[in-house]
Amino acid sequence: MGKRNATFDTVVFVRGQRTYMDREKSQSLSGVKSDASAPVAIQPLVPGVRERTFFQRRAHIFFASSANKFGLVALAIFVLCAAFPVRWLPHDPTFVAPGQRHIPPFWQTDGDAAYPLGTDHLGRDILSRLIFSARYTLAVMVFAVVIATGAGVVAGLLSGFYGGIPDSLISRLVDIQLAFPLVLLAIAVLAIIGPGFFNLVLILGLFDWARYTRVVRSSTLSVKANDYIEAARAVGVSNFRILVRHILPNVVSPILVLTTFALARVLLAESALSFLGLGIAPPRSTWGGMIGDGRNYLYEAWWSSAIPGLAISLTVLAINFVGDGLRDALDPQMETDETGG
Amino acid sequence: MTRYIIYRFLQTIPTLIGVSIIAFALLRLTGDPARAVLGDMASHEAVEAYREEHGLNDPLIQQYLRFIGDILHGDFGVSLRYNEPVFDLFLERLPPTLELGLAAMALAIVVGVPVGIFSAIRWNTRWDVVIRTLVLFGQAVPGFYLGLLFIIIFSVNLRLLPTGGRGGLKHLIMPSVALSTFLVALIVRFTRSAVLDVLRQDYIRTARAKGLNEKLIIYRHVLKNALIPLITVIGLQIAILFSGAVVTETIFSWPGVGRFAVQAIYARDFPIVQVVILFMAFVIVFINLIVDIAYAYLDPRIRFD
Repeated sequence: MGKRNATFDTVVFVRGQRTYMDREKSQSLSGVKSDASAPVAIQPLVPGVRERTFFQRRAHIFFASSANKFGLVALAIFVLCAAFPVRWLPHDPTFVAPGQRHIPPFWQTDGDAAYPLGTDHLGRDILSRLIFSARYTLAVMVFAVVIATGAGVVAGLLSGFYGGIPDSLISRLVDIQLAFPLVLLAIAVLAIIGPGFFNLVLILGLFDWARYTRVVRSSTLSVKANDYIEAARAVGVSNFRILVRHILPNVVSPILVLTTFALARVLLAESALSFLGLGIAPPRSTWGGMIGDGRNYLYEAWWSSAIPGLAISLTVLAINFVGDGLRDALDPQMETDETGG
Repeated sequence: MTRYIIYRFLQTIPTLIGVSIIAFALLRLTGDPARAVLGDMASHEAVEAYREEHGLNDPLIQQYLRFIGDILHGDFGVSLRYNEPVFDLFLERLPPTLELGLAAMALAIVVGVPVGIFSAIRWNTRWDVVIRTLVLFGQAVPGFYLGLLFIIIFSVNLRLLPTGGRGGLKHLIMPSVALSTFLVALIVRFTRSAVLDVLRQDYIRTARAKGLNEKLIIYRHVLKNALIPLITVIGLQIAILFSGAVVTETIFSWPGVGRFAVQAIYARDFPIVQVVILFMAFVIVFINLIVDIAYAYLDPRIRFD
């Protein structure tokens, strides 16, 4: 997929529509001969049209959508919150002050400007906690997705590349994995091995690998059928090298798209588990854990559950925007068919 | 076709074996079953006698085979908390879960399919954009959070609906809507892209070219072909529905299997957890089997994959 498009190098505007020509054609049209010994700047067919690299074109498609821009900005804010130093926070996020519990957010009549988003049942500042919890939320997501990607991609590559016994073994494992109701199994396993950051990451990661395996397997199968794999094999390239140098780069874009959606899925699953009290240990918390903290006080202080939930929803929305945008931008069809699907 | 059915059926056997091994391991990882039954205060001799009596000193493989044999005879063990067969306890909690699950699924299909078709027919209009945005929101909001918001709005503030428990239709509204939101979004998205796919086919252009009424084209040509892939989504739904039910039932104090399992986990009553997980996994495998066969029946190209 990506391979074929990599040869399209020159951007041509024909009647306002953007199309791409491959290098040789544009060279012959613009009268520039390709010369292996000296790098030649390729002349654009239409003077004044800037040339774009492969990456720039993808980026151009990606940034054409305002939803994608919103997604990126929202994720940037999320990451900034995660990196925000604790001592710069307006209040100590773990400081318990029973005297000021359940202060409502500032837009309510008895709100306090010192606590813009109110306080929770222990009198802790929700804004500070929200920013403070972002780091643990982000850490759980990233580590879990790294585990899922690592295990899933390796299993998918092996399954698709070798076929036969490894393939049926891995495929059955995927079936077994997908047969379980994820949340229930995760709750059970966490109850057995005990909650905690490491166990949470491990469980979430191990429960998401199967999706990668399915996609990477089928992508590997289609890449494997290409002539250049046959050629590589004919000149004696080792299996490992073929896998790493020729197949892996060509399945990167589906992996990238899957990874973004996996971040969203892991965030949702993590919040459900933390909500049920199986998240990381207090006073540290994730956004899901904050919803769980406020759950018993819905009558007195609805905001202590509602606000962290909003943060989760907006983050998942942002991730999904970016995921959709990446999928469109990385889809070769989008280069000629701007309407997409 | 028969060959495909047999092949597909045989495929489920290793999956079910794997599922049962994990369920078996789950119970063993939770500690010594003899200690779990007799308690921490039991003497070493009593524990040893119990182990001998119940075959817990046999090789694991033998214990596993006996576990399978028991399951095939409908014996799923005894609850540590209630001291009753877990299968009976489980069956008591099944109807509420089925009620909630079917309501959520029906809601998802009744709302999702028409909205998806509408969005596809009005492709790229303002309506389509609005629906697509709503779908993205629907997929971004965690179901349990939506449930909490419903409680805050409809129970705490408006005092319209009960916060939890099972009863009449009033009790069913909030949990089923919270549970189905994600599925509605999924089905709208899927239906929309399936209908769009069909609308781009040559035979639709042919139908239009020969002057067929647009309504007739949608009903007769588009829907028939677009809705076949929807069956696969229903298979996908089951797993999502089960996972969602666990959390949704907990929030709304719905007396079903999911909440029962969560309570059992906290009480470390793992025979109950085991039967729930086995049941859910079995249903997921079985429904996927049916879906694949139905799909192959409706779309003959599938079988030659």
